[in-house]
Amino acid sequence: MRADKEAIERGSDAQVVDNDKVRKTWPLHKRLAWHFRQYWQLWLMALPALGFTLLFAYVPMYGIQLAFRDFVPAKGLTGGRWVGMQYFRQFFQSPLFASTMINTFKISLGTLVLGFVTPIILALLINQIGSQRIKGFAQTITYMPHFISTVVIVAMLNIFLTPNTGLIGRFLGKDNVLDSPGAVAPIYWISEVWQHCGWNAIIYLAALSSVDLSLYEAAKMDGAGRLQLIRYVDLPTIMPTCVVLLIMNMGSVLSVGFEKVWLMQNAMNLPGSEVISTYTFKIGIQSFQFSYGTAIGLFNTVINFVFLVAANWISKRVTDTSIF
Amino acid sequence: MTSSNVAQPAPKADPGAIPWNKHTRQQQKPGDLAVDIVIALLLVVILLAVIYPLWFIVVASLSNQGAVSSGRVTLWPVGFTLAGYQRVFQDARIWTGYGNTVLYAVLGTALNLVVTMPAAFALSRLEFKPRRVLLFLFTFTMYFAGGLIPNYLLYKQLGLLNSMWVFILPGALSVWNLIIARSFFETSIPEDLHDAARIDGLSYFGYFMKIVIPLSSAIIAVIGLYYFVGHWNDYFTGLIYIRQEAKEPLQNVLQSILLANQTNQMGTGNGGQNVLQQQQLADQIKYGVIIVSTLPLLIIYPFLQKYFNKGVMIGAVKG
Repeated sequence: MRADKEAIERGSDAQVVDNDKVRKTWPLHKRLAWHFRQYWQLWLMALPALGFTLLFAYVPMYGIQLAFRDFVPAKGLTGGRWVGMQYFRQFFQSPLFASTMINTFKISLGTLVLGFVTPIILALLINQIGSQRIKGFAQTITYMPHFISTVVIVAMLNIFLTPNTGLIGRFLGKDNVLDSPGAVAPIYWISEVWQHCGWNAIIYLAALSSVDLSLYEAAKMDGAGRLQLIRYVDLPTIMPTCVVLLIMNMGSVLSVGFEKVWLMQNAMNLPGSEVISTYTFKIGIQSFQFSYGTAIGLFNTVINFVFLVAANWISKRVTDTSIF
Repeated sequence: MTSSNVAQPAPKADPGAIPWNKHTRQQQKPGDLAVDIVIALLLVVILLAVIYPLWFIVVASLSNQGAVSSGRVTLWPVGFTLAGYQRVFQDARIWTGYGNTVLYAVLGTALNLVVTMPAAFALSRLEFKPRRVLLFLFTFTMYFAGGLIPNYLLYKQLGLLNSMWVFILPGALSVWNLIIARSFFETSIPEDLHDAARIDGLSYFGYFMKIVIPLSSAIIAVIGLYYFVGHWNDYFTGLIYIRQEAKEPLQNVLQSILLANQTNQMGTGNGGQNVLQQQQLADQIKYGVIIVSTLPLLIIYPFLQKYFNKGVMIGAVKG
């Protein structure tokens, strides 16, 4: 019965407002009781997700204080003596600090720029295909690599770049390019683009499919050629999407995918392939320096976060687009 | 849609997209033909660059390795053989890895959907005021996290190390998928249905189970696939949290097989006949194992592909 009454009440806007106003005057406990009586099912539905998030995302955040403490196994996440910034200083003064930072920035910035630009270009190109069937075919092909695992991607890199016999390696001389520290970043960028460009173009293709067709007609009346249509109709259409994605990508400016770098790493290319995440793994998990490892990880997270907030702030000012 | 657009019927083909469309060709500016040709050429080159490496792996896995390494294999198998696949299927580790991954992926995806869908529904209800706070709580974890070591210590405390549950529980919710599902519920399920359901006396549970879920098969398929692919391709979890071979998932087994064959390859500089044969077999196994581990995904992929545009676009609307 109450459901009926609610439905009728919701039918008229004026009454809903009135009811809300009435409820605002209630004391807190009465309001809460009403809220839970009304929405306990929604709370129950959100509860598993909430529980998993609190346990597996927020408890580790609470554990970040480990970065400022000496780890004592018996005391778990929060025990141990407070040592302040000691582990951060240790990282900044470590001989590996500079090269690890440079490698991380180099690999991730290149990925960021190429990974941002290439899907836009690909989407603009695919959008030019008139036949729906050819268009669908092109999309099917370009999405495919996205579903291949990192292990397989790196295995393919190894196969293709093998000197003398590999598909690409046979043109690159006697030494394996994968062993050269300077080649790690470019190989990483190119393979990332190869794998994810098509997939990341979907979002732009979706935006392009919503272009108001009369815009093209109008532009043509004004004498626009093919390139002008792309430049003055297509590009402005996807601009807001571009900006949002760019901001979101900025939040990962220092997070290089651990798996791929780890799998590409070998003794020879280490000077060019040691990044923050692999270093954290070695320090923390492989040599059990938990506090030090936490500190390095936290440093990484904070930088990412600062970049994200800064990009968001700038974008809000300049383009009026933001993600929060 | 604008009013000007309603006034005249929309042309059938997208007039901005022309190259193979005769009707629009007459309206072309001089020079457009050249642009068309360049675009077509670029697309062909891109498609070849994407597809050829994949095709090559397939062909090489079926070819005589001597022909592969001397560069005689390009488009079709040369010296057709299934020796690599035979070896791969004889390897017990592959089967263990396969079994484990199927188990982890199926259980994991089931839990993922059970956790994600109801939460996304709750967050999609506009009258549910705490949704903003809850959504912030979820999205914040996309940008800020405890990091590797606190995670590790937590899992250790929870007894997840060397346990199959480490593949299933910690990743139960992907916030990104939650947002996609929520946007879908907000934009694609008409609100009238909810009003009607209320009048029929359906609770939120009833509305969700009887009306929303049956209307959401597309989004469930897409999100299910995202989760499944994530489980299937996961290498990181096995690397860090599993120390027993019997519990290793496919990707970690795959990597150790590839690595073993890599080291074989390094010791072949002096090239005796036997060593050469061994190396060729090792290469054959490498190709075979890559195909065998990737095949299931590439098989289900075309069936779900039609949903992708929809799924990704919905996520983008309010992401």
